[in-house]
Amino acid sequence: MSWNTLLFMIFPYVATVVAVVVTVYRSIYRPFTVSSLSSQLLERKKLYWGSVSFHYGVVIILLMHLLALLFPKGLQLWNAVPIRLYLLEFSGLALGIWSLVGLVVLVWRRISDARVRTVTTSMDVIVLLLLLVSMISGVLTATTYRFGSTWFTAVFSPYLWSLIVLQPQPELVAPLPWIIQLHALNYFILLFVFPFSRLVHIITLPLGYLIRPWQVVIWVREARARAD
Amino acid sequence: MNVRAHISMLFHLDKCIGCHTCSVACKNLWTDRKGAEYMWWNNVETRPGTGYPTQWENQDHYQGGWKRMKNGLQLRIHSRTKGILKLFFNPALPDLEDYYDPFTFRYEDLFNSPAGDDQPTAIPISMITEKPIDIETGPNWDDDLGGSTIYAENDPNLKDVPQEVREQLGELERLVFNYLPRICNHCLNPSCVAACPSEAIYKRGEDGVVLVNENKCRAWRMCVAACPYKKVYYNWSSGKSEKCILCFPRLESGQAPACAHSCVGRIRYMGVLLYDADRIPDAADVDDENLVAAQREIILNPFDPEVIAAAKANGIDDGWIESAQNSPAYKFVKEWELALPLRPEFRTMVMMYYIPPLSPVVSVIEKDLVKLDLSEEMHDFEVFHRLEAARLPTEYLASLFSGGNVEIIRKVLRKMLAVRVYMRRKSVEGEVDQVALDALEKAELTEAEAEAIYKLTTIPTLDERFVLPPYHREMSIEAEGMDPLAHKGETGVGYLQVPMRGE
Ligand code: SF4
Repeated sequence: MSWNTLLFMIFPYVATVVAVVVTVYRSIYRPFTVSSLSSQLLERKKLYWGSVSFHYGVVIILLMHLLALLFPKGLQLWNAVPIRLYLLEFSGLALGIWSLVGLVVLVWRRISDARVRTVTTSMDVIVLLLLLVSMISGVLTATTYRFGSTWFTAVFSPYLWSLIVLQPQPELVAPLPWIIQLHALNYFILLFVFPFSRLVHIITLPLGYLIRPWQVVIWVREARARAD
Repeated sequence: MNVRAHISMLFHLDKCIGCHTCSVACKNLWTDRKGAEYMWWNNVETRPGTGYPTQWENQDHYQGGWKRMKNGLQLRIHSRTKGILKLFFNPALPDLEDYYDPFTFRYEDLFNSPAGDDQPTAIPISMITEKPIDIETGPNWDDDLGGSTIYAENDPNLKDVPQEVREQLGELERLVFNYLPRICNHCLNPSCVAACPSEAIYKRGEDGVVLVNENKCRAWRMCVAACPYKKVYYNWSSGKSEKCILCFPRLESGQAPACAHSCVGRIRYMGVLLYDADRIPDAADVDDENLVAAQREIILNPFDPEVIAAAKANGIDDGWIESAQNSPAYKFVKEWELALPLRPEFRTMVMMYYIPPLSPVVSVIEKDLVKLDLSEEMHDFEVFHRLEAARLPTEYLASLFSGGNVEIIRKVLRKMLAVRVYMRRKSVEGEVDQVALDALEKAELTEAEAEAIYKLTTIPTLDERFVLPPYHREMSIEAEGMDPLAHKGETGVGYLQVPMRGE
């Protein structure tokens, strides 16, 4: 078995299965451990500069990746006009750098603030390192192998789709430069780590808040009636 | 009419001696844990003062409670969308510095230090980092007006007090203060519940206790900011929000909450109030000075046959109705109109009520000595007819307890003074004269009422102070599919899972 098969065919499936199974298990049987584990109470200023830029940057970038996966045709059409391509590439890179800066601030905060250090677990360190690898390799890819928004649709979309439809073609990534392979592999590692780390808080995005009634009243006697 | 029952606590501030027994009882029972060191679910503040956390009443800063808008009440902290957008950073969240860095002392050093010329000392260390720190403040730094020029002067409630009175309050000979014990108010219109994006906080329908479901809490901390009383706290270690639970495991087994039970001054009363849940939105949406009246209005008379019928239709059993009829809360809040909500203009409709304190008797300074300028039997009358000269300014009390409505405070003070005058005539001087009867009349009290107020204020038994409803806990345990006998005599039903900080 080649490295390529191991890392880009077997591992992605393992990571996905682990991510789904453990996340479901954790949400149902260990809900207390699911938390964003905010440390804003302990340190505020650096968190503001780090957290806001990191989160918003990352959310938008991930959405862009998703769009490229779902609508490769549309993206190519958009990129057909050079000015639109430049616009997209430029904003993508800017967002990448913006969130990388946010992440660096967050890492620095973890290291420099004594209070934050006391609530830092080894898993937090692992997650931060993985995120650093992910963002640095991403930004490097964007700058050294230009116009990713175009070749992504030609290389990555087919590869990811091959995984999704269970006819994996790991050889599609084999010819890519190592930095891009690292970026992709790191994604799967993050996916693997996801359910064991604070990253699970991502799935708890509370969109229900937009529509629920303001007040929440729970009746024990309703539970009693159900039991009868 | 949608009748619901609520368990309510009263604080008779005249009786509070500021001993902090309540806070310590609560701390020992609930918050003596990692991550909870800085939390005081029950705290006692010296007023005038800035309280804990510092200046908690200042909603321009903390964004707690509700505000009146054209289309009804809105949370001050955020709209729904803004609530989601601010998940990554919550600008209104207090800093640890607004509370204090919890500290202890390195006591081991007293025993383990090597022999030397100096006595070993136990240096203060932070309970978070366990590193030595300089203690700069604590949860009770301004106790008994310590540091008045920094704390008392900055009490937000002094804003309506005339300038010359404010200055007098700072003079040593005229210093005046009272204690304000505070727990979660278990509000009817809680802003913490409304602000939680994860729907983790809820109100128990049966008794109105507001609780955080920590299994649902995701540490967005909107509740901490949205509670105008700052009575939800974030546990920095477990990554979950926590608050006063009104000792519900004790309530369910027929005991008063630890703070109330341990209270040395016996200032606390507990009882059931029946209220009309349908009228909450309207009652919270009136002018500041009418808030107290509107809130009293939705508390229902437990003797009224219509109310009883509606209560039964709503599943409130006879035991609870009887409990509501004997409730000291009903007497003080509704019958005698002596107990008032704390800062009602936050519009959360608190269900813990305060009987405001009387002032010390009026005095003058003579040859540098503080001396009373009245004969003893005149003290109460002096204040009775000149409430505006009370040492604790009525504007100040009005800001705390009646949404700025001074007339409500005057009425309450007049009643309490009239009871005092009447009872002194009766028990010390042996004869009730016309003056005492006039005072009662002016305070709109009958002799029987005065007697009842006196009794419940000064010589109530434990059972009169705490009239607790039958919870039928065994049925709730059954409803969870468990055997009540297996948990007899226990509080709670054990750990489902030992709480552990998420990775
Ligand atoms: S225990 Fe009672 S008297 Fe003592 S501070 Fe607390 S409320 Fe006041």
